[in-house]
Amino acid sequence: MNRIQNVFNNKKADEKLMSLFITAGYPDMESTVDLILGFEENGADIIELGMPFSDPLADGPTIQHSSDVAIQNGITMNKIFEMVKEVRKQSEIPIILMGYMNPVLRYGVSAFTQKAAEAGVDGLIIPDIPLEEDGIIKEHAATNNLDVIHLVAPNTSDSRMKLADENSQGFVYCVSVTGVTGARDGDEVSKSVSRFIERVRSNITQNPVMVGFGIKTHNDAQNIASNADGFIVGSALIDTIKNHYPNEGWQSELFSFVHSLKFGN
Amino acid sequence: MNTQTKTATYNFPDERGYYGQFGGKFVPEILIPAIQELEAEFNKAKVDPEFNAELAELLDEYVGRPTKLTFANRLTEHYGKAKIYLKREDLCHTGAHKINNAIGQVLLARRMGKKRIIAETGAGQHGVATATACAKFGLECIVYMGEEDMVRQKLNVDRMRLLGAEVRNVTSGSKTLKDATNEAIRDWVTNVDTTFYIIGSVVGPHPYPMMVRHFHEVIGNEAKEQIQHYEGRNPDYLLACVGGGSNAIGFFYPFIEDEAVKIIGIEAAGFGVDSGKTAATMSKGTPGILHGSLSYLLQSDEGQIELAHSISAGLDYPGVGPEHAHLKDLGRVQYHAVTDEEAMDAVKLLSKTEGIIPALETAHAFAWLEDLMPETSEDEIVMINLSGRGDKDMGTISDYIRDND
Ligand SMILES: Cc1ncc(COP(=O)(O)O)c(C=O)c1O
Repeated sequence: MNRIQNVFNNKKADEKLMSLFITAGYPDMESTVDLILGFEENGADIIELGMPFSDPLADGPTIQHSSDVAIQNGITMNKIFEMVKEVRKQSEIPIILMGYMNPVLRYGVSAFTQKAAEAGVDGLIIPDIPLEEDGIIKEHAATNNLDVIHLVAPNTSDSRMKLADENSQGFVYCVSVTGVTGARDGDEVSKSVSRFIERVRSNITQNPVMVGFGIKTHNDAQNIASNADGFIVGSALIDTIKNHYPNEGWQSELFSFVHSLKFGN
Repeated sequence: MNTQTKTATYNFPDERGYYGQFGGKFVPEILIPAIQELEAEFNKAKVDPEFNAELAELLDEYVGRPTKLTFANRLTEHYGKAKIYLKREDLCHTGAHKINNAIGQVLLARRMGKKRIIAETGAGQHGVATATACAKFGLECIVYMGEEDMVRQKLNVDRMRLLGAEVRNVTSGSKTLKDATNEAIRDWVTNVDTTFYIIGSVVGPHPYPMMVRHFHEVIGNEAKEQIQHYEGRNPDYLLACVGGGSNAIGFFYPFIEDEAVKIIGIEAAGFGVDSGKTAATMSKGTPGILHGSLSYLLQSDEGQIELAHSISAGLDYPGVGPEHAHLKDLGRVQYHAVTDEEAMDAVKLLSKTEGIIPALETAHAFAWLEDLMPETSEDEIVMINLSGRGDKDMGTISDYIRDND
């Protein structure tokens, strides 16, 4: 069984799975593997490893910044595969590569999916590949047993949600608000999100659903994901790193934040 | 002598928005409803007599169309070869072709009930055109512009503000057109329900390249009729500058099936095609995805977008419209590049021979005459799209002349 399915199968009824996004190569090249392992130790169930792109047009300033830094640090696709291999020596946590299509296309879709699978990657999230364009990656991903995870948003129609469900494996990513990534006022998000998740639940029946965008505390997560299988946090982690790096103890600050996201303390 | 043979019919894009292998709609799910709605509404509007009548009236009474076709007698004498005609888009209201598209899209926005308009701009000409159209229709207008471009096109920033637009300076990345486009798309993702994004060239996700082409076809359609009037036949050569490629496609498209017409697009080589400081996407680029479509791109081996360079802000872009990528691969259009210096020489030549100061973008097309004209003969005709006037560039031109002469 694949690792993503596995974590959903083992999930306790009242538990919310936590998926954490971190940009590969941020804040430096050496830390990424340690961060992933530390996240797992502190409650992460799934890792979304960001493949940096120079022009991340669905991202807010936080992830733009982390991508710029990672590119300056010399991140490459092959180095990302190396990081995943390194994690795989010690951990079976599901790893999803997340990023824009252009670097993947440049690498070669066939070579990319093959190398990713060999390294131990479990799935892909590519926000600028909507259902209309997923022919560019679908077969290659399937051949290499990589899950392709599609996104749905509050303005996605019922019929498109059903299509997203049919064409996704692993889970479906629910974008809680229309907008770019970045920390928002969690109370604002949770007000509007419940009707959306209700609609998601009635249309998406084959896959688990994870909710992301705008979650930055345990409370946000519990409110926003109350009717979902779990939640995704990204920008709030990057912001935490930005606030503490490279001060002594920056990693333990980050890990205790991660712990509090999942467990509330 | 030109006979009017037709090539096999040219029918792009296909229903998925592809021009051969290029094009498509590579956008986040959030934008899909918006581009679906836009495509449906555009398809209705373009065959709606009422919409077309209103557009035609605005183009006539407000934009000042049809623009003239001018015989460039002294430039023709200068080269002593083919006759040179100029399609005078510089005479459009606001000084460039960009207003054709801005007016068309504003009419669509109004039809769709969207009251908030956003746009990106490089040279500021599209920003000015959009701000102008919004002023005319009383719509809110926000223009994203790279910080570097705001300096080199200061006059246009002041114009946009006077026209009531809010100009937001973009400080990310290269601080030029690419980054302004990123910011505009981020705004669109965030405000998709209320906002209409007026893209300024034949770039972006389908249906934009098709729609922007449609609103600029008037350039080629008029020119075709006008050259018939003067010469009784098609020209032998068409020449236009290519940034994203909107003035070029509007000028070329009505001639695409006329096989005997040789069509040439000129990009900005910046310091030189191989200098590493260039915007020559077709000469140096490789296929990739940026701003919602698959086309040629200046990018690294890792697929990171490279910074373009051109003295002309409107050509300073690492991508190009997908239809141009296809026309290049088909071999139907030849693409070449000229340097900053060659473009500046062309500014001086056109100013002195014809009394027309061209935009720096436009000057790139004229610079190619140095290569093209020796190959032509006196019984041939070259028609150039004079996409805009140079007032906005006077600061850059003066600085350049002071530093280099
Ligand atoms: C006068 C003029 N010509 C050409 C261009 C380049 O754009 P396009 O290639 O879309 O015509 C610009 C862009 O700002 C312009 O202002």
